[in-house]
Parts: sequence; structure tokens; C-alpha cells
Amino acid sequence: MKIKPLLIIPLIVVLMIFSVFGYALLSGVNPKAVPSALTGDPLPDFKLSRLEDSKKFLTVSDLVGEPMLVNIWATWCASCKYEHPVLNSLAAQGVKIIGINYKDDRAAALTWLSEYANPYSIDIFDPNGDLGFDLGVTGAPETFFVDSSGEVRYRFQGPITDVNWQNKLKAIFDEMA
Amino acid sequence: MFPEFGQFSLILAWLFSFLLAVLPLVGLKLKNESLLRTAPALAWGMFFFLVVSFGILMNAFLTDDFSVYLVSQHSNSALPWYFKMSATWANHEGSMLLWILMLGGWTVAVTVFARTLNFELKGAVLGVLGLIAFAFLMFILFTSNPFERFLPISPVDGSDLNPLLQDIGLIIHPPTLYMGYVGFSVAFAFAVAALLTGRFDASWVRWSRPWTNVAWAFLTLGIALGSWWAYYELGWGGWWFWDPVENASFMPWLIGTALIHSQAVTEKRNLFKSWSVLLAIFAFSFSLLGTFLVRSGVLTSVHSFAADPERGLFILVILALTIGGSLTLYALNAGKIKTNGQFELVSRESFILMNNILLVVIAFAVLFGTLLPLFADAFGWRKLSVGAPFFNLAFNLLMVVLLCFIAVGQLMRWKKDQLKNWTGFLLAIAAGAIVIALVLPWTLSGELHWQIWLGLSLVFWTAASLIRLVMDKTRHSKSFLAGVRKAGVGFWGMWIAHLGLLVSTTGVVLVSNLDIERDFRMTAGDEVVLENYRFEFESIGKVQGPNYVADQGVINVYRNDKAVAVLNPEKRFYPVKNNVMTEAGIDGNLFRDLYVSLAEPLDDERQVWSIRLQVKPFIRWLWFGAVLMAIGGTLSITDKRYRSTKKGATA
Repeated sequence: MKIKPLLIIPLIVVLMIFSVFGYALLSGVNPKAVPSALTGDPLPDFKLSRLEDSKKFLTVSDLVGEPMLVNIWATWCASCKYEHPVLNSLAAQGVKIIGINYKDDRAAALTWLSEYANPYSIDIFDPNGDLGFDLGVTGAPETFFVDSSGEVRYRFQGPITDVNWQNKLKAIFDEMA
Repeated sequence: MFPEFGQFSLILAWLFSFLLAVLPLVGLKLKNESLLRTAPALAWGMFFFLVVSFGILMNAFLTDDFSVYLVSQHSNSALPWYFKMSATWANHEGSMLLWILMLGGWTVAVTVFARTLNFELKGAVLGVLGLIAFAFLMFILFTSNPFERFLPISPVDGSDLNPLLQDIGLIIHPPTLYMGYVGFSVAFAFAVAALLTGRFDASWVRWSRPWTNVAWAFLTLGIALGSWWAYYELGWGGWWFWDPVENASFMPWLIGTALIHSQAVTEKRNLFKSWSVLLAIFAFSFSLLGTFLVRSGVLTSVHSFAADPERGLFILVILALTIGGSLTLYALNAGKIKTNGQFELVSRESFILMNNILLVVIAFAVLFGTLLPLFADAFGWRKLSVGAPFFNLAFNLLMVVLLCFIAVGQLMRWKKDQLKNWTGFLLAIAAGAIVIALVLPWTLSGELHWQIWLGLSLVFWTAASLIRLVMDKTRHSKSFLAGVRKAGVGFWGMWIAHLGLLVSTTGVVLVSNLDIERDFRMTAGDEVVLENYRFEFESIGKVQGPNYVADQGVINVYRNDKAVAVLNPEKRFYPVKNNVMTEAGIDGNLFRDLYVSLAEPLDDERQVWSIRLQVKPFIRWLWFGAVLMAIGGTLSITDKRYRSTKKGATA
């Protein structure tokens, strides 16, 4: 049978696209573990108020200096409640945790912190999710590992638990220290 | 009704689809007429059990059967009944079931409306549809069973439907869009059947054209509904985001538009046959690609409420087999298509060819922009994404060229025309259009934008050419009305669809350049003046909805001290899932929308709010245009040409 080469072109183009799809799916371009756009980049600039005080504004320079976790949380987020005691115990061990109260209500957030204890050395109020957007946050909770120069080293999506902290995350944090 | 019956029906439907895929196609191979003739009955069997299965699932939602995992996750007893109903397809499993139900519906529609179609071609078409149904039913049964139970301890109440999806837009948008997506399966099946049977005569295009038109009309409406929904429900007044999922619906639309035009040439002039077959394959391939992109979560997007790599891989395999298989068939058999007939450079054919090339280029540009982030990730380049500026530039540029062609192309005669017959007229209306497009918006709005000038020039130019078309059609008739009737519905379908495109274009051009959007800090009693409008924030209070509580603002709008509207934007709180929703207050008419949304409470005690005010001129034209296009597309299929085929074939 004679086949016109021109007629095979669509097939070849489509096969090429599919091999990339297949490769992407199999090699683990896992959408659930999106590599942060920021890994290796400094924290983005922002100017937002403290959670505790709407008139006191913070910028990125107020944060950097030592290794820290930057934790995205909100009172509407069920997994955050689950994660909260773990953060409390990490804070007690001396881990510096910065909170970003994401798309939340100030009063509700303050009530939450007074009820469940406050692991955050600084808490930033981000009602519109502006900073969250710049960080590429897809949902709460989410935690960024930031070194002493203010560079994002690692991003973790989902709640931190005792288990994943011991198995994996602690090592990443210790490496930054 | 036990949910297990639903699953059982689904398995039966799957068995029917298996037989439907195998028997007629084997019959085609063996030249066995009785095997080919089993197809309609099998199609009905498959459809019946799909309806039963879908009905049972919907019943589980309506009766709050929270022992069904899907219901417990996506519904709640406090939901009104119509949202319980739409919750059936507001999730991955249910929406896939709806998809396949519609495929079943289209399949039996073929058996009904193509009753007189030659049994060989009909068997092949139904067999191909059965093959698609078989693959997707397997996908549902193995990776996304909607009837999974929560036993022995089932929850007392469900965890509620995402408030974004609790909306009239969601009740109708997905089914309409799916009708379009799935509808292209018929054109696809006709194309593949033509490749299988080797019958490329004009009759298969005549048979498949109405299906393409209807699917395209549904897709047009579906996309417009989606845009409208995003506009009023997301609370920010945006109407198109070049979001991967929007692109996923837009690409088949572009290819479908090309297909409609190419099929017109194939039917009328017996040309572009191979091209029509290829476009039919591509239109459905893009529909499947859309399903894949949304369902696999390969591209993260707000739309994919259920994303899963395993499902992604399954759909990818289906996709590869369907598209790869049909294109292999195309590579092997399309060479047999004989083309006879010629056309000159200046003719309607060549303008339609250019239209086709442009539409396909736009579709692939959108594909490129949509997939680039994925490719960048796969090859470990820097995170790369092109974003709206790329899409806007590429799309607008190509659309300008396309609009230029429409004005000329629709006037051209088939086969051969003389450009010099038209140059005088075209230049005259172009000059008129350019002047009016400059003067009219300038005097009305006092602003000068070259984009508006350019956009409206093209719109007026093409509109003048549309008017000329009517004049030419009616000139030789006794009266205008007689001429209108004589022109035929096919002509009017085209005319209305082109008019719709102009209406939409007008909307896009004006709203993109003239809309005003400002945020204000306001408390009760404050006033803000925006353009000619004065917004007065009268009060804010609590209201109680069926399953939410809301802060509701009352905002009076005045124009020249005359009250024009009272808007009630809301900030809703849904307690079951702790969701907060912005519900905009909108007052719309033909020429502008006033759009107010409560952004953020700044001070709870004194009720100070950050409020976003927008004036959006001509935004409704966007959707009206789409409705016109859909009407045009549907009107063409009532042409008696398609009915007389039936009679002719029976005789």
C-alpha cells in the first residue's frame, strides 16, 4: 500500500505530544507536589499588617535573619487545625515559625490563636491572599522552608505531622541551620 | 432504590457498549449485513442502562443518601433540591457519568435521525461510537465508581457542595458544554466510518453536517454560559481568563468552526474532503484532550475539583488509542480520497481555506500556550508559563486577519470570482467603516483608543458586507420578504452566525478597552463618583440564606441625580465547609453593567468595607453574540436539503 507522507504528519505530531504527556504523568510531574516556583528564590516583597495589630505593617526585612518555617494557615482550613499542635510542639523546640493568615477573618484568627495557643513568632494578615499568590500557594496549609538569607529552600504542601517531620522535613530544616 | 442497582446498570451498559463496538465493526469486515443491523438495538440497550444508572445516582443525591460516598462528599441535606440535582454532575465521577450518558444520547439520536442512512455506514458510525463508550465506561468502572458506599457507618449529613458551584450557571453550564464536547463524537464517528468503509461520496458529509452544527451550537452556548458564570459568580467581573480549562473548551470550538466551513465546501463543491475528515478527527480529539486536561490534573486549575494521576494515565491511554488509531487509519486510507473540481485563487473556496488555516493556527497557538508549562516541567526547564498577554496578542492578531477575510470571503462566489467586481464596493465600505469607527466612539465616550478604532472598523466593515449579502439575495425577488424566504435557511444560518460573531467582537472590543474598575474603602453613608455614576453606600446588614449567612450591602446608584439601580452585593459564609463567597451585585442592560462586590471587611465594628465598583460597557454583547451564533448554527440544519436526503434515500 502506498502511503502519502503528508498524511502521516498529523499522526506524528500527535504521537509526539502524547509521549510528553505520558512522560509527564509517569515521571511524576505530580500536580499534587508542584515544585514551588520560588525554590531557590528569595521571599517575595510584601507590605501587610500584623495579625494582632492592623496598623502595624510588616515587610520582608522584618522576617529574615535566621532559618524559619513560613506557614500558610486559616481558620477555615480543617487540616490547619490538625497541624496546629504539631506546630506548637515545634515552636516549643525552638523552631522559628512565621504564620501567614491566608484569606481569613482577623477576629476569627485571633480567637483561634488564643484558644489553641500561638506557635507563630510573627503572624502576617493576608486577607486577599496577595502574598499567598506571590508565593504560588494553592491551598492551606502549606509551609515554606526559608534559610537565614531569606531564600526559599523547600516547599511542603499539606499538614506537617510528627511522622513526616521526623522522616523528612526535620532533615531539610536542620540542613538550613 | 439501591445504589448497587446503579452500578449493575452501568456494568450492563458497558457490556452493551462492548457488543456495539464489536458486532457491527466485525460485520463490516465480514460484509455480514445482519451483524451490521444489530447496531441500533444495541445502542438503545446501552442508552437505556445509562439512563437507569444516571437516574439512580441523581435519586441518591435528591434523597440525601449519604451512605453513597459521592453524595456525602458533595451534597448536604440543607441544599435546595435543584442544587442537589446539579450536585450529581458537580464532581468528577458524576460528571464522567453525565459525559457518557450524553454519548449514549447522541448514539441513539443517530439511530433515530439517520433511520434511512445506508446500513453499512450507519453500522460503522454506531460501532465507532460504541467503541468510545466502551473505553469511557471502563474508565468509570475501574477508576471512578460513582456508587461507592460509605458502609457500615455512614455520615449523618454530607459535607456540602462547593458554594461556587451552588448556582444556576452550574445547573446548565456543564451539561451544555458536554453536549458540545460529546457531540463532536458523531462527526468523528462519521469521519472514521468513511475511512473504514472507503465511501467518501458527498452523502457522508451531508449526513454528518447537521451533527457538527448542533454540537458546535451547544459548545458555543456552553462556553458563553461558562464565561457568564465566571463573570457573576466569581465576584471579580472577569469574563475570560485563558485558564487551561477554558482553553480546553475553546480549542474544540475553533476546530469545530473550521470543520463547519470545510464541510460546507465538501458538500457544495466536493472539495476539501481529506481536510474535512482530518478536522472531524481533530475536533473530537480536542474534546477528549479537554476531558483529559481537566480530569487528570496535569494542569492545575481552579476547575479540576478532582485530579488524580492514575485517572490521568487511564484517560491518556484511551486518548492515545482513539486519536492515534483514527489518525493511523487516516494516514492509511485518506490517500484513497479522490478530489475532483478546481477553484481559482479568488473564490469562496480559497477564502474558506484561509479561514480554516487561521482557525487551526489559533487553536494550535492556544494549545501551545496551554501545554507550555507542562512541557517546561517535563524537560526540567525553568517554570514557564505564558499567561494572558501571550494569548491576547496571538489571538487578537489572528482574529484581525480572520475578520478581514470574512468581509470579503462571504461575498465571493464559489469556484471563481473577479476581485475587480468587488474592489470598489469593498474600499467604499472600508472607508465608511474606518470613519464611523473613529467618530462614533469618540463623540460618545470622549476617549480615543486605537484598539477600539481598529476593532470597530472591522466590525462595521463586515456588517456592511453582511447587508450587501442580503441586498444581493433579495434584489431579484418580487418583494423583500419573498427574497428572504427564497434565500433559504442555510443562508440565514450563516448570516446570523456571522452577525453573532460581530456582536461578540463588539462586546469584547468595547469592554476590554472601556471598562472601569476601582476599589474603595467605604462605610454606610459614603459616596463615590465613578464616570457618570454616583454610588451611595446606604447600609449593610446580615441576611440568612437556606444554607449560608451573608453580609448584604445596599448600594444606590444615581446617574445625573436620577436613581438607576439598587445593588445588593453579598459576602456569604457557608458554615458546613467554612467557605466564604463573594456574590456581586449587578445591574445590567444592553449598553452597560454596573458591578459591585464586597471585597473585604476592614473594620468589623464600624462596618467599614473594601468595595470594588465596576462599570462594564457592552459586556452583554459578548454573550448575546454567542447566542446568535448558536441560533445560526442550529437554523442551518432545518434546511430541507437534509430532509429531502431522507426521502431520497428511502425511495
